[in-house]
Amino acid sequence: MTTGPVIADRAGRVAPATRPAPGPGPRRRIPVLATGYLFVSGYVVLLALFGVIPVIYSLYLALTRPTGGFAGLGNFIQTAEDYRFVPAVEHVAAFLVLWLVSLTVFVVLLALVVHRLASRRGKAFIRFAYYIPGALAGASSVLLWLFVLNPSVSPVSALLNWTGNTQFSSVIAPGHLPVVFMVIAFWTGAGGWILILYGALNTIPGDLLEAARVDGAGPLSTAWHVQLPLIGKWITYMLILSLAAGTQLFVEPQLVSQASFGVVSNYYSLNQLAYQYAFTQNNFNGAAAISIDLLIVALVCAGILISRGRLFRTD
Amino acid sequence: MNEGRAAQPGRLRTYLLGGAVLAAALTLAACSGGQSIGGGSSSANSGSPYGFTTAKQNPKSEITVWVDSTRLPAAQAYQKATGQKIRIVTYDGDANGSNSFRTKMELFNRAGSGWPDVVFTADDNSASWGSLSGTGDLAPLDKGTKNLVPAATLSGFAAGSLGVCTVNGSVYCLRNDLAQNVLWYNKTLMDKWGYQVPTTWEQYQQLAAKVATQHPGYIVGTAGDAWTPEIYMWGSECPASQVTGPKAITVNTSSPDCVRAAKMLDSLIASKTMSTQDIFGPQFAKQEGSKILMMPGPDWYGGSVFQGLLKTPKGQIAVAPALHWANESQPVTGAVGGGAWWVSAHSTNLAAAIKFATWVTTSDAYQADLAPGYPAYTAAAAKWIAKQQASGYWANNIATPITAAASQVWTGWVPPEFSQESVWASTVSAGMAQGKSIESLLPAWQSAITNQAKVLGYTVSK
Repeated sequence: MTTGPVIADRAGRVAPATRPAPGPGPRRRIPVLATGYLFVSGYVVLLALFGVIPVIYSLYLALTRPTGGFAGLGNFIQTAEDYRFVPAVEHVAAFLVLWLVSLTVFVVLLALVVHRLASRRGKAFIRFAYYIPGALAGASSVLLWLFVLNPSVSPVSALLNWTGNTQFSSVIAPGHLPVVFMVIAFWTGAGGWILILYGALNTIPGDLLEAARVDGAGPLSTAWHVQLPLIGKWITYMLILSLAAGTQLFVEPQLVSQASFGVVSNYYSLNQLAYQYAFTQNNFNGAAAISIDLLIVALVCAGILISRGRLFRTD
Repeated sequence: MNEGRAAQPGRLRTYLLGGAVLAAALTLAACSGGQSIGGGSSSANSGSPYGFTTAKQNPKSEITVWVDSTRLPAAQAYQKATGQKIRIVTYDGDANGSNSFRTKMELFNRAGSGWPDVVFTADDNSASWGSLSGTGDLAPLDKGTKNLVPAATLSGFAAGSLGVCTVNGSVYCLRNDLAQNVLWYNKTLMDKWGYQVPTTWEQYQQLAAKVATQHPGYIVGTAGDAWTPEIYMWGSECPASQVTGPKAITVNTSSPDCVRAAKMLDSLIASKTMSTQDIFGPQFAKQEGSKILMMPGPDWYGGSVFQGLLKTPKGQIAVAPALHWANESQPVTGAVGGGAWWVSAHSTNLAAAIKFATWVTTSDAYQADLAPGYPAYTAAAAKWIAKQQASGYWANNIATPITAAASQVWTGWVPPEFSQESVWASTVSAGMAQGKSIESLLPAWQSAITNQAKVLGYTVSK
């Protein structure tokens, strides 16, 4: 997930807006505003350089011909009619569904478990353990998985054999791939999100939980009726960033393709297809059209999540 | 308080938008210049003595060469022998259809700088995209009034070996090695069990049937590699890759010549005498390494597989002439790779680049003494094979069958712009992993080749 319009990386752990600080008095308004601009300026510059400008440039490419001149929707139509396009859309969609569901369920569950742990040292250890996979850079952690998934060298080969997969080629059979990529993505990306949701759970005032306990709520109903509604925004936030990152699925299928000597094709995902367009067909305009497709999907989904999840409501 | 906060995002948005538009305009202005730089058929130039527009030459500039790790000794030997300084970069050598050579060249074309001077590739499809009728990134070696490489040098390469380098009558590469297929076998086991070495695929199949009942567990080959079609399909004259023009290909995988090879593989796989694992995968050496009775494959299997990977003891492995189908009047075989050296049309020191490419392909110091595969340059090949024979590792005279096979490679299979290996892997190998027969996958193979060719602008006929 390193190419294409980057909205946020999978482990993009920019904390969501925390509760507003007590407002400054009228006399101090201007200096505070200046400080605010100073704080966001670094981000804005980087966003423009690596986010906004590349998007505008790819929009320009997507609407023009390789030889120059306005192409209208020509590049979009050409790429959508490519025999690899629809399978790639299906692959990415299957992966996204599996990944977002598993991410939501397990991350919330694990965050609640860590939060409930009584022992302070146990908490610290588990928080650290969750974070370790996230500290490995994307491609290297996928390489690690190539060993785990190969029954002849895997430390969990017994488990793979038990599921009936005695050869690498059967582990990476087309039907298994969405699950395989989901597991890899979860392992590399979920740890950071567990910590963020754990942090979110910590912002729930203790007396609220105390009140729930007094009213006779057990751990389950406390989680369901009190904690989950209060961290809903953080979950929405996680889903938006994960969706943007997930549509850009690239490193996992690319490395599996190379490791399988091409048995998994190198146009499994949309981002790989864009890569093929740019670098084996010398058609940067087609590649740009595919990345704009991805951007539109991510923006629309994010818009729905934001309005449904009331992410920016400040009551 | 609320008033101030409410105004903030709006104003910020205005700044952001303004900045973005300004930056975008700057970027577009900068990029529109960059796009036209680089390749394109415009680099063909009949006014130039070499037939293409050369970069400004600087005889002192240091050349950059790209090699894979196997060819690294070639570049080092050149430095040692000539005392000339070159910049050596190792990359994957374009192996397994990785296409990294082209990928990088497209990027350099976009950037307008950064091209290497000489590049080694393990697959041979670069001429089809880099020639003057394609991107124009590769230098034609015998075009114009002053050939970059003298005709005398070019004629020293084995007959037909420069075919993969040739587009519209111009040669674009110097072939490093040939990779003609022969039949490797374990002479010790064949003698012990009283088997006759087969000469046709029919006899080979009959012997495999005997092996299946008499010595189960032993194999007569493997069909798990991406280059499986280049051994069994190419050798069967299967018309799956007949490139008939710069952008025209004929594909017919339902031809009887393809079906007979597919049926043979299916029956051998069913009797478990044909492995389905890839040779360089983690399992083959461990599970099948000591169980090889025969193995059809390229000449480089001798050094890379038997001596290198499997470490088969001395005195066991022998070579027989390439297998052929009984009805063939002229026996033919296939080939698996065989690398080549390409010179960049963007080189600022063509003289040094040509000197390097010529040295690594023709000199005895590399090709006869160090090269792991059968040299494409005939004079070096004779010395190389004599040296192999003299090593005492082989159980028979390997020189005769290998040399004979060099001129038997069927010319009806030409590498197109895309990798046939990766098409086979993603369709046929993937289907085999799900238990489908190769014969049943032939239509899928046909449409995969057709689709891939059409995407790259080929006219496909059947």
